[in-house]
Amino acid sequence: MIKLDSLSKHFGSTVVLDGIDLTIDKGEIVVIIGPSGTGKSTLLRCINFLEQPTAGTMTVGDLTVDVKKASRAEILSMRRRTAFVFQNYALFANKTALQNIAERLLVVDKWPKEKAYRRAREILDQIGLGEKADAFPASMSGGQQQRVGIGRAMAAGAEVILFDEPTSSLDPEWVEEVLGLMKQLASERQTMMVVTHEMSFARDVADRVIFIDGGRIVEQGPPSEIFYNPQDPRTKDFLKKILATNPV
Amino acid sequence: MDVLNVEYMIGLVPVLLRYLPLTLQLAGIGMVLALILACLFAVIRVLRIPVLNQLTIVFISFFRGTPLLVQLFLFYYGLPQLVSALTVIDGVTATIMGLTMHFSAYMAESIRAAIVGVDRSQTEAALSIGMTNGQMMRRIVLPQATRVALPTLMNYFIDMIKATSLAFTLGVTELMGATQKEAAGSFLYFEAFIVAAIMYWIVVELLSKLQNHLEIRLNKAYSR
Repeated sequence: MIKLDSLSKHFGSTVVLDGIDLTIDKGEIVVIIGPSGTGKSTLLRCINFLEQPTAGTMTVGDLTVDVKKASRAEILSMRRRTAFVFQNYALFANKTALQNIAERLLVVDKWPKEKAYRRAREILDQIGLGEKADAFPASMSGGQQQRVGIGRAMAAGAEVILFDEPTSSLDPEWVEEVLGLMKQLASERQTMMVVTHEMSFARDVADRVIFIDGGRIVEQGPPSEIFYNPQDPRTKDFLKKILATNPV
Repeated sequence: MDVLNVEYMIGLVPVLLRYLPLTLQLAGIGMVLALILACLFAVIRVLRIPVLNQLTIVFISFFRGTPLLVQLFLFYYGLPQLVSALTVIDGVTATIMGLTMHFSAYMAESIRAAIVGVDRSQTEAALSIGMTNGQMMRRIVLPQATRVALPTLMNYFIDMIKATSLAFTLGVTELMGATQKEAAGSFLYFEAFIVAAIMYWIVVELLSKLQNHLEIRLNKAYSR
């Protein structure tokens, strides 16, 4: 379970997140939509503490922290509970696909080498890249790299996987294979928070769609409500624009 | 022009070869210590650790801003004058100290630049999975920075091998010191120094080969 209470993030005088209150149940698939620059990615980055939130409290699993007073140990613990999938994949360039997935298990969780690599191989097979175990990121397609990125997040055994526009950097030909893997994870009821412009994914997979604008949650609900019966004029306006180029 | 005394040159090779290990030892130990120190300085500079950062900046400025020979004389002749306990420092130790500090100053800046050059996405990914700063440095940043810094570091190593020749000014009989003695005895300066020069050259060429080999290995991850 994830619970955010009045989570805020300021960059200087700019308010990017303005008191976000949000509860996500275990196994829930949440898709976050909204115009560019409204704080969607910052919200995910704050949950993973890649950005230190300015104020609020955050609960992930059995750990609750006051973000302002979070100790180094609490930040590390929060990061270990929340896996991140980056828009630009961000695979470790000096490590093979297998090592990218095993890294967290070896270094952070201190698993024995054999056990960590066995688990990493299982994940590689699961994401359909068993034959790419020894390939370095530079030799893989964007789609393959992002699948390894998701595999790395899966290895973490995290409470939630945070997807930050996971298909935005991909050539169209690779988008489906990544979305397919995300759908597979969703069907296994892995808790997910996904920032994306893939509206058909939001409609088909999400349990809940959250529309964010100006650093605030404007509207949220099941995809059927948000897409077919939005209440707030800002949601209507956003959907009108985005569905014109990206129909569900 | 007199003809070169080739026979003397050939005879000199085994004599000078006996002193080559000391030259390699000075450079080898100097390089390892300089590398350790340089990594430490680079991390201090990148993380801007208070006080240590300022001290490192002064250290680097001094050891880059003064001639190596002056530094060697300071360690060998100067320090024992100030602290009598340091009279135990012999020429070999003073040379290693000088080479280590002088080259660590240069290498620290190369390593720092290489660390800063590692893409931010790499550090974010490392932090996102819960690595500590130390783990991130050791597992992700330094290995990637090494690839970038390697050609420059190898250049410094080559420079250091040649710089060991200054040790003879502290009375150390390494390759250069031995050559000087042989030449002074035979008056065949050209022959003696050309043999020494070729020896340095061969060592550096072998190192260049090693550098190529290492570069190919480190670039393996980046070839498509």
